[in-house]
Amino acid sequence: MSGTALPALPLPAPRRLGHAGFWLASAVAALALILALRGFGSEYAYFAATFVLQYVVLATAWNILGGYAGYVNFGAAAFFAAGAYTTVAIGKALGLGLLPCIGFAALVGGALGLGTGILTLRLRGAYFAIATLCLSVVLQTIVVNWSYVGGSRGAYVLRPREVPFGFDSYSGFLCAVVVVLAAAAVAIARTIEKSRLGLGLAALRDDEAAAEAAGVPTLRLKLIATTISGAMMAVAGAPLPYLGSYVEPNSAFGLAYAVNAIAMPLIGGTASWAGPLIGAVLLASLQQAATVTISSAANLMIVGVVLVVFVCAAPHGIIGLFRGRR
Amino acid sequence: MDPDLALLLNGVVSGLLLGGLYAAAAAGLSVSFGMLDVVNIAHPAFMVLGALLVAVLWGATGLDPLLLSLLLTPAFWALGALIYVAYHHFFERRGDEAIQGLAFFFGIMFIIEVGLVMTLGPEQHFADAAYANTTWRIGEIDLPLRMLVPAAVALAAIGALALFLRRSFTGRAIAAVAQDREALRLLAIDPVRIKRLAFGISVAMAALAGGALVVVQPVDAWSGHIFIGRVFAIVIMGGLASLGGCVLAALAFGVVENVTATFYGPSWSPAVAFGCLLLVLAIRPQGLFGRAA
Amino acid sequence: MKDISRRGLGRLALAAAATVPATARAQTAPSGAPIRIGYSMSLSGGLAGNGRPALLAHRIWAEDVNAKGGLLGRPVELVHYDDQSTGAQVPGIYTKLIDVDKVDLVVSGYATAIIAPATPVVMQRNMTFVSLFGTGVNSDFKYDRYFSINPAGSDVKETFAKGFFDIAMAMDPKPRSIALVNLDSDFHQRTAESARYLAGQNKLRVVYDRAYPPSTVDFTPILRSVQAARPDVVYIGSYPPDTAGLLRAASELRVNFQLFGGPMIGPHITAQKLQLGPILNNLVVWDVYAPEPTLQFPGTSALIERYQPLAAKENADALGHYVPPLAYTQMQVLEQAVKRVGSLDQAALAADMHKNQFDTVIGPLRFDALGEWTEERNLYTQYQGVQGNGIEQFRKPGTQVILYPQRYKSGELRKPYTAGA
Repeated sequence: MSGTALPALPLPAPRRLGHAGFWLASAVAALALILALRGFGSEYAYFAATFVLQYVVLATAWNILGGYAGYVNFGAAAFFAAGAYTTVAIGKALGLGLLPCIGFAALVGGALGLGTGILTLRLRGAYFAIATLCLSVVLQTIVVNWSYVGGSRGAYVLRPREVPFGFDSYSGFLCAVVVVLAAAAVAIARTIEKSRLGLGLAALRDDEAAAEAAGVPTLRLKLIATTISGAMMAVAGAPLPYLGSYVEPNSAFGLAYAVNAIAMPLIGGTASWAGPLIGAVLLASLQQAATVTISSAANLMIVGVVLVVFVCAAPHGIIGLFRGRR
Repeated sequence: MDPDLALLLNGVVSGLLLGGLYAAAAAGLSVSFGMLDVVNIAHPAFMVLGALLVAVLWGATGLDPLLLSLLLTPAFWALGALIYVAYHHFFERRGDEAIQGLAFFFGIMFIIEVGLVMTLGPEQHFADAAYANTTWRIGEIDLPLRMLVPAAVALAAIGALALFLRRSFTGRAIAAVAQDREALRLLAIDPVRIKRLAFGISVAMAALAGGALVVVQPVDAWSGHIFIGRVFAIVIMGGLASLGGCVLAALAFGVVENVTATFYGPSWSPAVAFGCLLLVLAIRPQGLFGRAA
Repeated sequence: MKDISRRGLGRLALAAAATVPATARAQTAPSGAPIRIGYSMSLSGGLAGNGRPALLAHRIWAEDVNAKGGLLGRPVELVHYDDQSTGAQVPGIYTKLIDVDKVDLVVSGYATAIIAPATPVVMQRNMTFVSLFGTGVNSDFKYDRYFSINPAGSDVKETFAKGFFDIAMAMDPKPRSIALVNLDSDFHQRTAESARYLAGQNKLRVVYDRAYPPSTVDFTPILRSVQAARPDVVYIGSYPPDTAGLLRAASELRVNFQLFGGPMIGPHITAQKLQLGPILNNLVVWDVYAPEPTLQFPGTSALIERYQPLAAKENADALGHYVPPLAYTQMQVLEQAVKRVGSLDQAALAADMHKNQFDTVIGPLRFDALGEWTEERNLYTQYQGVQGNGIEQFRKPGTQVILYPQRYKSGELRKPYTAGA
């Protein structure tokens, strides 16, 4: 069943694909994937694909700061949950559907990312990681005490009765939305990677002091990276309330999101856009498959063991393995 | 005594006792994270491993939990040394420790927790100390031994560790390895051996903290989660490599939490404590008690 | 145990007579394709402590049914996946169960956080859904094929804490003030709301009313503030790790309250009963079952007796007084409806569940329009005469006596609560 969850990757075959070309390729891949899933027509395929692709967005977003700039964000769950709760709050306040909520989630996540960036300007390495961890705790406390979005009771978000854009079911629509988000996230990551911003971030990752001395505007780059990464992580979380019709703080801020956001890029390889994509597809499919087959506490074990084995045996991820061979 | 004053005093005292538990949990991390620069995010998981092993052994033998945790320390030292060997081999040697090392310990944390659920079950486990139901009273101040004894044992252990680091040759080498690895090499001391020893000590401290934890409250496999943020916050506020700073920060953390809970209600106490840390990080990243970088 | 069943014999025989036709009809071995019942159950993560006992009860039920000739002459088979106590896994599990595994019936896993995300999936397929320990899930979905196995009933606000307040107001002298403490969680916000409402109804002055977060380690500051407010009655809503912390703190602070307790989920778990021992004496707790002679229904003691050796083997909760009877009931409701309807038609099953009464191991029950019990059955019990930390005393009647409701009452209130001192 995990095979059904494997999206057709936008193949990195043409070496020097331009930005426009890559975006086009992603769009084509997304369309092909939507049509393929529709052809399959199973609700479970929709769900599995949504589950996997939401991790593609999250992992890709994390990697923009974590992989390109080398800043480890332990608070991915906080941004993810910020997105989910934006959907809840905006949906309740303005009665808007999923699509506008995703836009708002990007704004909230971006603002949160910028704020984190400003607050942690002087922090490097582990300090930054711990600060993001604390941010997660503070944010969760706020949500728990905020009764408008349900507080610790959680909030119900009922799916609308009519399905937009002629999809056969709301799950199909939700899945298509997440496919588009995933394709866009990958394309954004690739665009950043191949642009001056990406080069600047790489310089920052390798040696921040040297980059600063060489005239790279490290401060500004860092803020841009935290903002984009935060916005995209929030976008990844925005569809969550519609997926389960119910969100509560403990699951929205779940450790699984923080762990996976780090583990997936590391397993795939952090240096390029393809790494988080491969890592997310592999690990999320594995988890989804394990949930519905092994069915014991052992399926959580898989994440831990796979993570440890990969960081030990393949420190540059799956991408690194291939590059190393060559 | 004025009732409000009594409340405040008791809030401070119980905060200090709670801080003693936090200090126990954070001291090991202060060695691994502060001195060795190994970001062992699995440290609370080791503590829970220790606590649950103590609970199982207590069920079998009925010995005092803190004594049992002391007996566990050699095994935990060996475990820590072993993990450091792997860590060094795969990450430190290659200079990859930043992200990969973090992920490695994240994975270890998962493996410990799920392993505990699979072997011992998801329920809570407990161990009763003989003194757990006794409370000393000084005037209007309560000193429950359930909190006092673990805190005292933890502080004694931390004191002994501090003495060891300051006085013995190996201890000074550990303190030095954090600052200048090359200097050690010139003295013909193998820094890897020293770090292995020190990391073993940090994990052994986690076993002791586990004993303290299981005296204070029932423990399940996931009990470590609520400590992750707290112990890192404490170590950073304490200024990393300083055990004394770590203890002071732990006590301060406990007092802030409990005084907030007493007067403003418990629902804001975690946010207040972590808000303090965020402020410390933003304004004084070297920690409250650390030296200026 | 024998002693109890003898006392409850009359009741037993009466109810057994009612179920005889159903069992007598199907005494042959089941045959044909199995009836598959699908659900997600938390076997790891925070809910697993209650998820595992629930699963054991389901397995006992399946063995019972298959030994008696199965359902509609077909054997039953349980298909379940571990949701890791994570709501996000649940929709996937139910779509897999329904679309890929093609199960015939679905039920819910344990607790609101798991039931709520499953409900939309089940609603989409128009399947009948019997849930376990969910609070207020259907007040948002309003699904007419949802049925809840939760003694709290439909009107939590007005009825949940009623037993506690009835006990309090019957005390002499009458209490005048109350302190409310609750964990900041879905269930306990509702229980505290009920207490707040009833405190107003009974003209009790609320002198302390605060929620505490799930990450609380030290409970002495909370109880000390409660003590300083000098209430006559203390009502607490808490979950297992905190309950132990609160009661230990109570014992260390030498509390002395006329009445102390509430929905303190904690001693419901055997390990905590044993650890707390005498600290439990005179504590008044909300519960769903207690091994008292007044609360024996057909199959109750048989279930507990079968559960305990299994639990010992599988390392689950040793006594099984909390979740297993309700989990077994969940399956009994399904079983009785299927037998009455004679097919697996989902609409007919739902109609039957709305219409008829069910006789279960926790007594007779009926469902209202929203699928909650028409008559709530919140028990308020008091631990009495606990000595030391042995397990045997908790198997016997008289240790956890029922104070409310009147029809199951098995003992008198003892006061004050002094945390074992």
